[in-house]
Amino acid sequence: MNGSRERVLGRIRAALADVPAGEAPPDVSVPQTYAASHEQGERLELLAGRIADYRAEVHRTTGGGLPDTIAAVLSQRRTRRAVTASDAPPVWFTSTAAEVVRDDGVDVATLEGTDSVVTGCALAVAETGTLVLDSGAAQGRRIISLIPDHHVCVVNASDVVASVPHALHRLDPDRPLTWISGPSATSDIELERVEGVHGPRVLDVVLVE
Amino acid sequence: MSTAFMGMPGFPRAARAAVNDAQLRSNLRTATRTIREKRDAAVSELDDWQDLRAAGQAIKNRTLRHLDLYLERLESAVQAAGGRVHWASDAAEANRLVTRLVRDTGESEVVKVKSMTTQEIELNEALGQAGITAYETDLAELIVQLSEDRPSHILVPAIHRNRAEIRDILASHMAEWGTPAPEGLTDDPRALAEAARRHLRDRFLTTNVAVSGANFAVADTGTMVVLESEGNGRMCLTLPRTLISVVGIEKVVPSWSDLEVFLQLLPRSSTGERMNPYTSTWTGVAPGDGPEEFHLVLLDNGRTNALSDTVGRQALRCIRCSACLNVCPVYERTGGHAYGSVYPGPIGAILTPQLRGTTAEPEASLPYASSLCGACYEVCPVSIDIPDVLVRLREQVVSQPGHRSEKAAMRAAGWVLGGHRRLGLAQAAATAARSVVPRRLPPPASAWTDSRDLPSVPGRTFREWWRDRAEGKESGA
Repeated sequence: MNGSRERVLGRIRAALADVPAGEAPPDVSVPQTYAASHEQGERLELLAGRIADYRAEVHRTTGGGLPDTIAAVLSQRRTRRAVTASDAPPVWFTSTAAEVVRDDGVDVATLEGTDSVVTGCALAVAETGTLVLDSGAAQGRRIISLIPDHHVCVVNASDVVASVPHALHRLDPDRPLTWISGPSATSDIELERVEGVHGPRVLDVVLVE
Repeated sequence: MSTAFMGMPGFPRAARAAVNDAQLRSNLRTATRTIREKRDAAVSELDDWQDLRAAGQAIKNRTLRHLDLYLERLESAVQAAGGRVHWASDAAEANRLVTRLVRDTGESEVVKVKSMTTQEIELNEALGQAGITAYETDLAELIVQLSEDRPSHILVPAIHRNRAEIRDILASHMAEWGTPAPEGLTDDPRALAEAARRHLRDRFLTTNVAVSGANFAVADTGTMVVLESEGNGRMCLTLPRTLISVVGIEKVVPSWSDLEVFLQLLPRSSTGERMNPYTSTWTGVAPGDGPEEFHLVLLDNGRTNALSDTVGRQALRCIRCSACLNVCPVYERTGGHAYGSVYPGPIGAILTPQLRGTTAEPEASLPYASSLCGACYEVCPVSIDIPDVLVRLREQVVSQPGHRSEKAAMRAAGWVLGGHRRLGLAQAAATAARSVVPRRLPPPASAWTDSRDLPSVPGRTFREWWRDRAEGKESGA
């Protein structure tokens, strides 16, 4: 298919006959006058409000209160079995009565039979109420936060950034990223928002200050 | 290039049927109004919106003016990350490529994330002819697929259907494609979404090949970006062993940090949300996490035609947000099918003729599917001057053979207007014949009056009124 590569590139070059030969990409200036962030409020308050707008629930706690908060969230959703990343801190689960399965390559059928997933995240974006998972610490593979119907995401206050530009600056494009803004939703039927088609229907965010 | 749209009538004929469909107009009116209001609210939250637009426009211009360089850079980066890159100069070649890639896996079923590009090349039909079944997994695409319909909106392909129609489609057709709809399915959107979830769940968990498009492809890093809402995208992008992404060559952006502009512009313009529920990005393959094989098919299929026109080129800036559809008074009344293309609305009116050429219907009529009101330009997140391109395309269409009567009429008008004696005589004649001027003209001028009201001839001309006014006999026209 090498012929097509040359054909397409040749057509592109012919189509751009009006572009002066000496022009380099930076010669087409991109105005950087847009804001790095929008100062729409205090970061944690903003994040909590924005997540709630997506009809996800936000639980605020401290490091010491985290095990009880996770236990309460799992119990509230009647979780019998939860999956988590293989490197999730053991302290997260010291209070819960639910069975906790660590992801050491669990198969899809097991995930299907699991009520909840508990993960950390790489960072959260306050302005948009977005959690970003990068398969890094305490997050595991992408599949574990996708199959169970209930996702509990633990966010450390120090990982909350104000805006999308700040988030991209901190993220590594080589890692697979999943940006999550509220639970799975569709608006395909008369534009009425319905939570949960294929991804988790319920999202609980535990914000640790 | 098209089979599903083959034989589509020109826009005026298709539109006439659509505007007489009360159900369609009511569905569209409600939907476009809702989404317009949401978008306005989401956009007005950002006080630097115009700066973001300017940046988005400039980044795309920079990319397009150096497209060869960025595509080569993208190719290297994807390969370095363990992906394979293929080039397709047209739809047929892209379809052959994807068919071969699927066959090489030994599978005969693929799951699909909604993708305008694969609709454009009619990949599902091509795969079907090769004995491969493609399952659409986006709820709206599923509705369209089950009802053997065509999408009518870029973002909400089944926008022309209301909940009762959707219920009937799911209830009567799901069984043909797999898990049937539950007994007693109601038209509650929750119940309908749940039926889709059940219908597709096993499919996701057992299908080994997925086909997607991409919203953006980052040249520097080789990263692909898909924005979606339902999680069907995440399912397709992470569960199967093989992932094939068919991406138009204009989707490339130079660098990772450019996404900071587009990830703000796109969701707010498109669904009117601060952010869509899920965005996935991946760079080649990630061992132990997601597909083991990744193929990127870079598609031209007419894009280089558009690129070669210095005015029309800007259409390639389009990020497929669909904001222009939702504000368009023409789209709101005719719906998407009248445009005869997977790209409806104002953007379709400039993109389709440029991709396919303007010699045939419906492409030749599309540049006229607009009132040139400019609302589309105002909401476009990358500032595509759609009216300007429409005028440019009209110029192209009228310079083709086949507009004899219009040209003759214009020449005659030019002669009459060219001298004030001739104009005065023509006006006097028109006034005298006032009572016998018909509302519709006979052919070939009927082509004009069929879609326009012929204005009635006033009792006196403007020049008479002006003279009378000066002489103090003013009494209104």
